[in-house]
Amino acid sequence: MCLAIPACIVERLEGEEAMIDAGGVRKRISIALVPEAAVGDYAIVHAGYAISLLDAGEAEKTLALFAAVEGAGA
Amino acid sequence: MRYVDEFRDGTLARGIADRVAHEVRPDRSYRFMEFCGGHTHAIARYGVVDLLPAQVRMIHGPGCPVCVLPVGRIDNAIALALQHRVTLCTYADTLRVPASGKTSLLRAKAAGADVRMVYAASDALRIAREHPQREVVFFAIGFETTTPATALVLLEAERAGLGNFSVFCNHVLTPAAIAAILEAPRGAAAPALDGFVGPAHVSCVIGSAPYEPFAAKYSKPVVIAGFEPLDVMQAVRMLVRQVNEGRHEVENEYTRAVTRGGNARAIAAMAETFEPRPTFEWRGLGEVAGSALRIRDRFRRFDAEARYGIVYRPVPEPKGCECGAILRGAKSPSDCRLFGTVCTPENPVGSCMVSSEGSCAAWYGYGRFRDAARTA
Amino acid sequence: MNAREKAYVRPVDFRDGRVDMSHGAGGRAMAQLVDELFLAALDNPWLRKLNDQACFAPPAGRLVITTDSHVVTPLVFAGGDIGSLSVHGTINDVAMAGARPLYLTAGFILEEGFPLGELRRIVESMAAASREAGVPVVAGDTKVVEKGKGDGVFITTTGVGVVPDGVEISAERARPGDAVLVSGTLGDHGVAILSKRANLDFETPIRSDTAALHGLVAAMVEAAPAIRCLRDPTRGGLAATLNEFAQASGAGFRIRERALPIKPEVHAACEFLGLDPLNVANEGKLVAVCAPDDAAKLLAAMRAHPLGRDAALIGEVVEDPQRFVQMETRLGGWRIVDWLTGEQLPRIC
Repeated sequence: MCLAIPACIVERLEGEEAMIDAGGVRKRISIALVPEAAVGDYAIVHAGYAISLLDAGEAEKTLALFAAVEGAGA
Repeated sequence: MRYVDEFRDGTLARGIADRVAHEVRPDRSYRFMEFCGGHTHAIARYGVVDLLPAQVRMIHGPGCPVCVLPVGRIDNAIALALQHRVTLCTYADTLRVPASGKTSLLRAKAAGADVRMVYAASDALRIAREHPQREVVFFAIGFETTTPATALVLLEAERAGLGNFSVFCNHVLTPAAIAAILEAPRGAAAPALDGFVGPAHVSCVIGSAPYEPFAAKYSKPVVIAGFEPLDVMQAVRMLVRQVNEGRHEVENEYTRAVTRGGNARAIAAMAETFEPRPTFEWRGLGEVAGSALRIRDRFRRFDAEARYGIVYRPVPEPKGCECGAILRGAKSPSDCRLFGTVCTPENPVGSCMVSSEGSCAAWYGYGRFRDAARTA
Repeated sequence: MNAREKAYVRPVDFRDGRVDMSHGAGGRAMAQLVDELFLAALDNPWLRKLNDQACFAPPAGRLVITTDSHVVTPLVFAGGDIGSLSVHGTINDVAMAGARPLYLTAGFILEEGFPLGELRRIVESMAAASREAGVPVVAGDTKVVEKGKGDGVFITTTGVGVVPDGVEISAERARPGDAVLVSGTLGDHGVAILSKRANLDFETPIRSDTAALHGLVAAMVEAAPAIRCLRDPTRGGLAATLNEFAQASGAGFRIRERALPIKPEVHAACEFLGLDPLNVANEGKLVAVCAPDDAAKLLAAMRAHPLGRDAALIGEVVEDPQRFVQMETRLGGWRIVDWLTGEQLPRIC
């Protein structure tokens, strides 16, 4: 519900923080809620905190569902 | 932007729109509430309504934490800054909310109060550390998407033994709000809803499980949807299908970010630092039981309400304001006499106009040309 | 003339010195600052006369005059500073009438305590922008206010120019059927500025697009002398400019989101902060409205110029008594593009 964007973890930093890159914009944020985040993962970032990791496989499946003519359920 | 642009593709949108048009029954209407202000905003911003068939009616819900924050709580925040002279750190969203006596946090700042905009809760903590001689208060608002950050900041303040930092907690809970909508008295003023588009990022935190009791008890389908316009359209498609098939399940369209269990670490941090308030006033909805959080006793010294003896005084809604009915989905912005004349984004009267996600602000800012088309 | 031996005068300390109240008092300290900083940087025949005014013969044609105040924070940002911004901004306001800019004036309000080194950097940047544009600063003024009553430096610039005959460019001239064009990518300046604001602090390769547009405008007027409207979408962005045109002309506008040139990093920064790129300021771009038959050659002329490489046709003027600016979103639905409400603030929800 609140404004959050998918961003790529480009560097893990000390203090449970990371540098993220979203479309060329870089910012230092907290990964305290997803400490298992690895460089290259995408995270959902809200107000300076990553709140969940993005599942690339599920993203692909969802895009495929958008295009599907039959069967919409997940 | 990766994982953003693909979910705004116009060709895919037309495809989904065709499917929805194909699946809606011509003899009935479908009333879906998108609970979350972010969805209201996305729908308005992309003109999603133009791609959905006329039988589908999107009702805007109260999931906008700024919109539902009572004026009395803004008054409390302003008093902290002006009377107690704290350094009040706040998200930008609250700055322009009109409070009692024709003031606002932005006006208080202009009058000399130390009000600072922060992007993240951790920024407030940093300001407290950098200014040990100042009393710093973080004005915490938001649903469960934002609450974990405040939880972490309280835990960190405790660990660091900070003596000059506290939190003015106004966090609210989504499931309770949905219950309040569903419990609202029936009748012409509140026609039945056929289903819910569930919030995206609240669900990243709490998971999809908490919606299951509502789906079962009220026999309403819930589809959790991502924030992008294609996500919303797909969720509408899934809701239409459930309604046609007589199902009322919790489905997850936002599987790339939401799981059934949510973020365990975030949930644990919130449980450690907060407990539910017995009741809390919501602008437009009145008192709602178990709908908000307060800081646990263990962190009392970081609780601004205790520290400064804050007393909440309710403020009645301005005359003529229809926010309550609009937040419950019973009326639309153009049904309000004040909409677009007395009440505009520049001079908001009620909560629905205050935040850009509020139904009235979204309608005014993105959609009011449709009113003109209707009356033309 | 007598040759007098010049007594030794300690030069202005640009390294460690700061503005103090004497610099605005009209006495020796002010004269020395004017001489060693403003005159040295901006040097031209008018300033060398050391008068309080500049005299010139009125050029043939209609005169255009404009004024601007510059209060930008931060004073220095990627791609420019308040000095270059003030020169470009005023040149652009003159150019938007289709006029050739001739002269500028500059008034400075300095805050007590402001470092002279930073002031010099700003004035030299202003001078460089003025030289590059070929528009001299022919008169100026300096005042100093007490510490706490200014934001470092405020600059007010006035510009004078001349409009050739046959050129009538004004907001109210837009009419239904006209084409709407922009000269390049939107939102660059605002994003460059916001990225340096305290508490936002994000890194982006985006630089301000601040630039003097009079050369581009001259090329455009040559290609299509009957251009109806020109404006540079500064504060309030494209949204403000189109709404201004709509109000002035009594017509509506329809634009297409897919046609808008926006850099991916600007798009990303706006997503980050919950901003709409249509509301974000530009300082080196213009919006043009022209008759439909002129659109193709106007677009070609813009794209042929270095400051118009990314020019695009973005929509048209339509009949609309409500004067709405409507946009076809990338999704295919419609929405209006409204004025910015209040100050541009990021949001979390």
